[in-house]
This record gives sequence, structure tokens and C-alpha cells, in this order.
Amino acid sequence: MNLKVKVNFSVLKETKWYEYGTRFLIGGGITAFAGIVAKKFGPTVGGLFLAFPAIFPASATLIENHEKEKKEKAFVDPGFRGQTAVALDAIGATMGALGLIVFAALTWLLLPAHETWAVLLGSTIAWFVVSVVIWRFAA
Amino acid sequence: MLGEILIRVAVGGAMVSGFALLGDVIKPKRFAGLFGAAPSVALASLLLAVKTQGRIYAAIEARSMVAGAIAFFVYAYSVYWVSIRYKTTALVATLSHIAIWVVVAFVIWLACLKG
Repeated sequence: MNLKVKVNFSVLKETKWYEYGTRFLIGGGITAFAGIVAKKFGPTVGGLFLAFPAIFPASATLIENHEKEKKEKAFVDPGFRGQTAVALDAIGATMGALGLIVFAALTWLLLPAHETWAVLLGSTIAWFVVSVVIWRFAA
Repeated sequence: MLGEILIRVAVGGAMVSGFALLGDVIKPKRFAGLFGAAPSVALASLLLAVKTQGRIYAAIEARSMVAGAIAFFVYAYSVYWVSIRYKTTALVATLSHIAIWVVVAFVIWLACLKG
């Protein structure tokens, strides 16, 4: 199991402009949708959509396409490489989702009595730390 | 109303794109997958909710978000399972399982949060 985390900026060149645009519109669309639902049905229903898997389908499709393109460029049959990459991305998302539960719970409990910026920053850090710790120990 | 929607699209789009970019450049894939469940929509929505409705309103949204996040966990695991077991394409696996997210989120909402 590879535990070394690397940053590779050359991947950004593989992503086409419309793929960035699609993600922007999906993310913005879901944020707007969550706001409209909260206005119409109240914050208890609208709040559910703050953890809607907004970007995951677009990102997973992107990963699958890039894996296929990479193999086809090398004249290698991609086989199920795309699906395996998506499965790995999904299992990472399960760990991120556990961190997201902690983010939501901390925000719910701390927001009424503390500064907004401090609560959201602290909850985001907690999301990251919890997700990474679970990822590290699951490995 | 339209102005508020446009602000939500801009702020939400920027947050989601930022976290998605992080997920793109980081390896290995399993670690990058963490960013698929980043609180991007939540940060944008909660910031705007605090500004327009106040902190108590935003805290109520965050309480419901716990249910949404549990549903996200079930959703992501089911996508992992079908991708490994049936080798379905990413689009089919991720979009068809949105129904699982909806069911789990609303069952928790009905059981614990309604009223």
C-alpha cells in the first residue's frame, strides 16, 4: 500500500477547460439548490444537501476517462483500470465522508456560541485531520 | 432572489472547484478520494446562511448535514462496491447510486430530525 502522498501539477494539463467548467457549474448549482430547498422547506431539509455528493460523479468520470486515455496513448488495453481507479477514489471518499460527519457535528454544536470564521476553519481542519488519520490507519 | 442564487453559484462553484483541483493533483488515488467528500458545498452554504439568516439557522442546517454526511458514506461505499464487483462505468455507478444517498438521508431525517 502506497502511503507516500505526492503532488503532481502536470495532471492539470490533462483536464480540459469544459471539465473545469462542468465542475464549477455543478458545485455552484448544488449550492444554489441547497439554498432554495432551505428557503422552501426549512433548514432541516436544506441542510441535508450540504453533504450531497455534488462533485463526486464528475470527478469519478474524469478519473476514469484519464486512466483510459493514458493507456490508449501507450497502446495498452485499458481493461478495467478506469473502474479500479474509480473504486479507489470511492473508498477514499468513504473516509472523507467520516470526516464530513465530524465537520457537520462540530459546526452544529459550536456555531451558535462562537465566531463563524473560527468554527468553519476549525471544522474544516477537523475534517481533514479525521479523514487523513482514518486513511492512514485503514492502510 | 436571482442575485442571491448567482452569489451561491459563484461561491459554491469556486469552493467545489478548489477542492476538486486539490483532489486532481494529489496522489495516491485513495488519498485524493478524500477530497471527493470535502465540505465544499457546506462551507459556501453555511457562510451565506450565517450572513443572511444568522448563526442559529446555519447550525440547524449543520445538524441536518450530519444525516447527509452519513448518507454520503453509504453512497461512496456502494459506488466502491459496484465498481469492484460489477465493473460498471463511473457515470452509471455514481449517478444511479444518488438514489441511495436520497433514501438514507431522508430516512435519517424522518427518524431523527423531522419536527
